[in-house]
Amino acid sequence: MRWVKQTYDWFDRRLQLEEPIKKEVLHPVPKDTASWWYVFGSAAFTLLMLQIVTGILLALVYVPSAGEAWNSLNVLNHQLPLGWFLRAMHGWGSNFMVAVVLIHMGQVFLFGSYKYPRELTWILGVFLLLMTLGMAFTGQVLRFDQDSYWGLGIGASIVGRVPLIGGSLVQIMLGGPIIAGATLTRFFALHVFIIPGILLLFACLHVWMVLKLGINEWPMPGRIVRRATYVAEYEKLTHRDGIPFFPGAFWKDFFFSGAVIAAVAVCAAVFGPYGPSGVPNPSIIQTVPKPDFFFLWIYAVLSYLPPSLETPFILIAPILAIVLLLALPLFAGEGEKSWRRRPIAVLVLVTVAVLWGVFTNLGTYTPWSPKMNAWSSDTIPAQDLQNLRPVERQGAVVFQSKQCRNCHSIGGHGGQRGPALDSVATRLTEDQLIRQVVQGGGNMPAYGKNLSPPEVTALVQFLDTLHPPGQPSATDAAEAAAGITPSNYESVGSTSPEPGTSTTKKPDGK
Amino acid sequence: MTDIVQEEQKITRDDPREVSRRWLLLKIGAFFNIVIGIAIATPVVRYLLGPARRQGAYDSWISLGPIDQFPIGETRLATYSNPYSHPWDGATDQTACWVRHVSANAFQVFAINCAHLGCPVRWFPQSGLFMCPCHGGVYYADGGRASGPPERGLFTYDYKVVNNELHIDAGQMPTLSNQASLRILNNSGCKGCGPCAG
Repeated sequence: MRWVKQTYDWFDRRLQLEEPIKKEVLHPVPKDTASWWYVFGSAAFTLLMLQIVTGILLALVYVPSAGEAWNSLNVLNHQLPLGWFLRAMHGWGSNFMVAVVLIHMGQVFLFGSYKYPRELTWILGVFLLLMTLGMAFTGQVLRFDQDSYWGLGIGASIVGRVPLIGGSLVQIMLGGPIIAGATLTRFFALHVFIIPGILLLFACLHVWMVLKLGINEWPMPGRIVRRATYVAEYEKLTHRDGIPFFPGAFWKDFFFSGAVIAAVAVCAAVFGPYGPSGVPNPSIIQTVPKPDFFFLWIYAVLSYLPPSLETPFILIAPILAIVLLLALPLFAGEGEKSWRRRPIAVLVLVTVAVLWGVFTNLGTYTPWSPKMNAWSSDTIPAQDLQNLRPVERQGAVVFQSKQCRNCHSIGGHGGQRGPALDSVATRLTEDQLIRQVVQGGGNMPAYGKNLSPPEVTALVQFLDTLHPPGQPSATDAAEAAAGITPSNYESVGSTSPEPGTSTTKKPDGK
Repeated sequence: MTDIVQEEQKITRDDPREVSRRWLLLKIGAFFNIVIGIAIATPVVRYLLGPARRQGAYDSWISLGPIDQFPIGETRLATYSNPYSHPWDGATDQTACWVRHVSANAFQVFAINCAHLGCPVRWFPQSGLFMCPCHGGVYYADGGRASGPPERGLFTYDYKVVNNELHIDAGQMPTLSNQASLRILNNSGCKGCGPCAG
């Protein structure tokens, strides 16, 4: 084996890499940092490498043309051996990368790692997060299907809200007046050249600074960061209580990165690639576009904002958030690092995580959207139709055929935009129901123009049968007190205790 | 030894003749590169801004076909090829719009894009509503906002009837930036059919 050593020496005499590399990997790090909490950064870097490799492999086949991209993805999925697996690895690798980057960020925030002298490491990290999200969005665009197409439409509509130059910005973003071939090629350039180039450069600088400034020590309550003394204290710590980074801390990074890559591969093999969904033909409008997982929370936020707040919020909130993240180490560069002494930081992290989880969860089932086919696919439960008078049954037909079901559920089926109507009769009196149907209000369109008076009567009489057993319909208390009968119709309860018998509704509130 | 090196550096730095000539050359070189850089970058900026054109520059009149295919009183989906397109656009230049034939020669042509964030709205003739699948925007038959997050009614195209064919002035994806001013819906006839008439 002497020739191996000789060859190695031949190269190293010319490359001169052994010494600097040895110096870096053997540099002492605080013993406590050889922890499973410190493995996320290296895992994110490993995932970046995985994305670069799988991305290059996909680029061998992918055609960045609006006319052919969708077809080339289907060739990858169905015709090339294991093309589907590479697409799945790239797609799941993207999910894992966003997740690991977010966890890494949460961890370094919680551990106060952004404080002096690692401010710039954090600032570069913020850009790395933004670029990772940028890669996720542009990657979704390259999966040129219906979701991608309408996702671009949402992006263009947001950009179009910028005052004064919005119109020009939309045209520059789309590469023309509409979402078309020019749009795909510029997003291809962003996804394949521009963002990854900067991302790789920034990631290397980020790692460089970690090596030069040292890994953040395990935060201890009471160990205060001061600009004047920190570097000397850190030096002392690493020399008194340090271990060489390799293999002391490295083996955990090594294991975790391997586990993450294995997890990506398992997800890819089990769940397969993402899409492509329908062909990106904008004249096919039977589509329910939805963004990828990590943008669901934005999708949810956009549906809950009041119209008047929307434009200022969309344009100002992201800038504020980014500026806040970038400025964090500049105004909180000293002081306590331990989460035990930073209750506000912990609270902020928990709040953001909970909000993110809630909005993402809402985004998975979109309760704000009408369910476009509920009126023709969800039936009214049979027990709600038993023992109804003809006019009430006619009302049930009106209820279905006028798409009320798209926004209102009965028996757990239907849209969730409006309230469920299983017990609407206990909440609204007959007069209130008529008013609500005819005039709308509170996010409900007015149906006065689209329902004939007999249809309104039938619909309201049907709605008035919707109440739980033993709970009467709502009545007007004032009219009841005055002894006025508000209506002279009979309510035959679907929930009547004695099926087949009809009971006359009494205005006594019972 | 170290002292000598430091002394030499000091001399080199302080020597007025040496320093001024080299520094001058370097400064001239930097200036030269800046000039060249700007000269090269200017066309690049122009190239990047290429797609941005003034309002209406992409629009042109395009036929949606004979008006017979749009029965009076009904709202039908029409599609057209975008007037500005490239051969490699595939099906993406196929654009849809909703045509509402109000009376004789009175039409309303709505963009398919929701005024909120551009998703494709669907027409439900039974309830006379347009519904958006994304964030729950709903519009009345005349395009007026009914409910949900949109802050205005549906975008409309200008139209004219030529030789019994319906033409619209279209060409770019409507967004709040190019259609922000609420045009008077129904520019021929149908007084009082404003966006708020529900």
